[in-house]
Amino acid sequence: MSVQQHTATTGNGHGHAHDGHGHHELPFWRKYIFSADHKVIGIQYGVTALVFLFFGFTLMMLMRWQLAYPGQPLPVFGKLLGETAMPGGVMAPEFYNQLGAMHGTIMVFLGVVPLAVGGFGNFVVPLQIGAPDMAFPRLNMASYWVFLPGCVLMVASFFLEGGAAQSGWTSYPPLSDIAPPGQTAWLFAMVLIITSSLLGSINFIVTIVQLRAKGLSFWRLPFFVHAQLVTAFLLLLAFPPLEAASVLQIMDRLAHTSFFLPSGLVVSGEPLKIAGGGNPLLWQHLFWFLAHPEVYVLILPAMGIVAEVIANNTRKPLWGYRLLVYSVVFLGFMSFIVWAHHMFMTGMGTTMSTFFQITTMIISIPSVIILTCFIMSLYGGNIRFTTPMLFATAFLPMFAIGGLTGLPLGLTASDIYLHDTFYVIGHFHYVVAPGTIFGLFAGVYYWYPKATGRKLNETLGKLHFWVSFVAINFIFMPMFFQGMAGLSRRLYDPTIYAHGRGVQALNVVISWGAWTLALAQIPFIINFFMSLKRGARVAENPWNATTLEWAAPSPPGHGNFLTEPVVYREPYEYSVPGQPNDYSPQFRAEA
Amino acid sequence: MAETTEHEDVSKHMGKYYVVFVALLCLTAVTVGVSYLHLKRPLAITVALIIASVKAGLVAAVFMHLISERKVIYAVLILTALFFIVLLALPNLTTFEHHSGMPGT
Amino acid sequence: MSETAIPYMVKPHPVTGIPNGKLGIWLFLASEVMLFGALFSSYVLIRTGMPHWPPEGGLSSEVLNVPLGTFNTAVLITSSITMVLAWASCKMGSLPKFRSWMGATVFLALVFLVVKYFEYSDKFHHEHFPSHDNFYAVYFVLTGLHGLHIVGGIIVNTYLLTAGSKMWQTDPEHFTNRVENAGLYWHFVDLVWIFLFPSLYLL
Repeated sequence: MSVQQHTATTGNGHGHAHDGHGHHELPFWRKYIFSADHKVIGIQYGVTALVFLFFGFTLMMLMRWQLAYPGQPLPVFGKLLGETAMPGGVMAPEFYNQLGAMHGTIMVFLGVVPLAVGGFGNFVVPLQIGAPDMAFPRLNMASYWVFLPGCVLMVASFFLEGGAAQSGWTSYPPLSDIAPPGQTAWLFAMVLIITSSLLGSINFIVTIVQLRAKGLSFWRLPFFVHAQLVTAFLLLLAFPPLEAASVLQIMDRLAHTSFFLPSGLVVSGEPLKIAGGGNPLLWQHLFWFLAHPEVYVLILPAMGIVAEVIANNTRKPLWGYRLLVYSVVFLGFMSFIVWAHHMFMTGMGTTMSTFFQITTMIISIPSVIILTCFIMSLYGGNIRFTTPMLFATAFLPMFAIGGLTGLPLGLTASDIYLHDTFYVIGHFHYVVAPGTIFGLFAGVYYWYPKATGRKLNETLGKLHFWVSFVAINFIFMPMFFQGMAGLSRRLYDPTIYAHGRGVQALNVVISWGAWTLALAQIPFIINFFMSLKRGARVAENPWNATTLEWAAPSPPGHGNFLTEPVVYREPYEYSVPGQPNDYSPQFRAEA
Repeated sequence: MAETTEHEDVSKHMGKYYVVFVALLCLTAVTVGVSYLHLKRPLAITVALIIASVKAGLVAAVFMHLISERKVIYAVLILTALFFIVLLALPNLTTFEHHSGMPGT
Repeated sequence: MSETAIPYMVKPHPVTGIPNGKLGIWLFLASEVMLFGALFSSYVLIRTGMPHWPPEGGLSSEVLNVPLGTFNTAVLITSSITMVLAWASCKMGSLPKFRSWMGATVFLALVFLVVKYFEYSDKFHHEHFPSHDNFYAVYFVLTGLHGLHIVGGIIVNTYLLTAGSKMWQTDPEHFTNRVENAGLYWHFVDLVWIFLFPSLYLL
């Protein structure tokens, strides 16, 4: 029953135009490459992001060898990476630093956000609000094609002299100011990626505000759309300061200014020939002004996906929908005034550190409310443990662990001890990896049928889920213990310290967990490609869901909907007493 | 201005634009003139910022039609103004409070 | 070019009262407020962290050319009124008048850049590059980024003056909206300079 919209008329340049039907057929490169269709762009972002997620993960797997077996040559791959990076197959410390900085940068900026916002946001939001496309389709296309060169530049930096950026994903000066050329590439790549993101966020906000279908008031929007709207505001207002900071760092590196370089700096015994008078903390403020809201950019779309999948697979409305919306808006607002909790150890006075501690404690409240609403949504539900539901359910305890372990970091007293240790790494990975990425996997399994017209295989999906779920906990849980033992992050060889040697056994566990997690992705990759040709075909609404995207064909054609959609009710009318079906879609007049 | 303003309405508003133009030039002269007074730093900054804000307000309200703009635009701008103030104030407040209470600081 | 008809591209949305482009440009300006806000914040942080400003002594108004800066301020203010007049000409249905006023706007913008070129080259001639000290670093970066925004505005306005004005024949209302949105951007660029000039030259 998948109906394609294109009417094959006389080809380019002839035929009628401009009313969404009866237009001429576009050539291949305009239909699939330089396309202004949000669905194509969403898939472009999604596929690009998945490739970079796997690439960034590979960088980490290399690091895990060095951490588990410090100073040992890496079998097979060690020789392939060249004598500079892996002399004699043993990882060089500079290469370890490059892997670390690039793993973080790539996972966050080239992987998770492009998938969550560029991929899912672009594909699903116009469909969920009943729009024919985004408000500015060509701007949308421009966003992707500014993003991709940024990605290429970022990865190409590995081949520059001195290698890729190696001053952490946080790029703190003065170190980043004097680092090899790869850092300059990082900065320019970030400028491109940030610009792409800004254009995209404008598109999302205008689309959601202006292009909702008839009957779709704000309080009838799926939670996924609310989450994407808040996310778009975070991106719009928080990214520019990092773009400014990147320009300042580029100036420091190329024009020898001293925005971030204090006077009297000595490098390798030689005083730096610069004017001085700058402040390294300026970078930290500008960076974290973005990077804190950025972590909410990482989690909010995933929360949105989890909400959709839970409502659909419990066959009951989301518990506390309005509370969820107020919480996510409040969360977005608060996220702008907590950033210096990443800077508690920079010597700030007690007044300001108290301020940031208080706002940080307050911001945990909406997160807890959101999690509680999701958990309450399960209670009394008629639960279907489909693969998306497995990922969405697992998200809940994983995000809980991630969130709770953030509390001792937000409290200044305990942060003194835990800052820059593996505890921090465990904390944020719990939120992003078994948190967000599981949410994103739930989204892939849930919306793949809409995008392709076929379902992913359930058996492979369940295998993917269970092995990933077990492995991922073996990776990140031990990190809390390493951190509490005092093990620093970004350390090339933990065994140089006695306290490092004390928890070195855990490094072996973690590394094998990571390599197992990699293997667990194989069923997913096979499933993803295999199901394109061999998956069970589906109609418009294989999950018996209620939101608007399930009114469109699978996959939707150009213009998305066969008839103009109208919304008749709230987004999660499942198991309404007295109705014949256990779901009443938003788009169907009769319940 | 609503998009359906007839062109007579626009021509009525032309006078306003010229008045603001002259005001902006005058205020520019004032701000340069005041700088020659070499006021004490805090006062000089305050006066300069006030004059600049008035000029900016005129440009925003009249040239950018903000005075008759819609709620949704106001909402976006108020939110932005709040975060702008945060961005201006907090890093500077944080940097210039030195007493961390830690030994040696 | 996009085959799909997007609602409210020209006509205003019934609830928000504005077309998509206007909301879009204001959102873009909001992000620009944060961009320049970060730069102003950096200026304050760096300046208050130094014992003297300018670091080499004297006053900002002795290092930078106040008469040229004042002239440039007047140039930008004038370009703002010509921009408004360009838009008003569209509203009143006159493409020739639009062309004159928009042409004036672009011309004034170029004058601004020429003046800046003289200011910059004078500094470079005396070997005062951004690396000289943070006063120059701040001056060059803030006015430089502002200057890049002027260039962006020139490009957009020139497009509307030339190839873009073809839209007047088929959809004058849409074209007028575009001029208005370009005007909003242009006024913002003027607005930034209104703060930049006293902050850098006079204080």
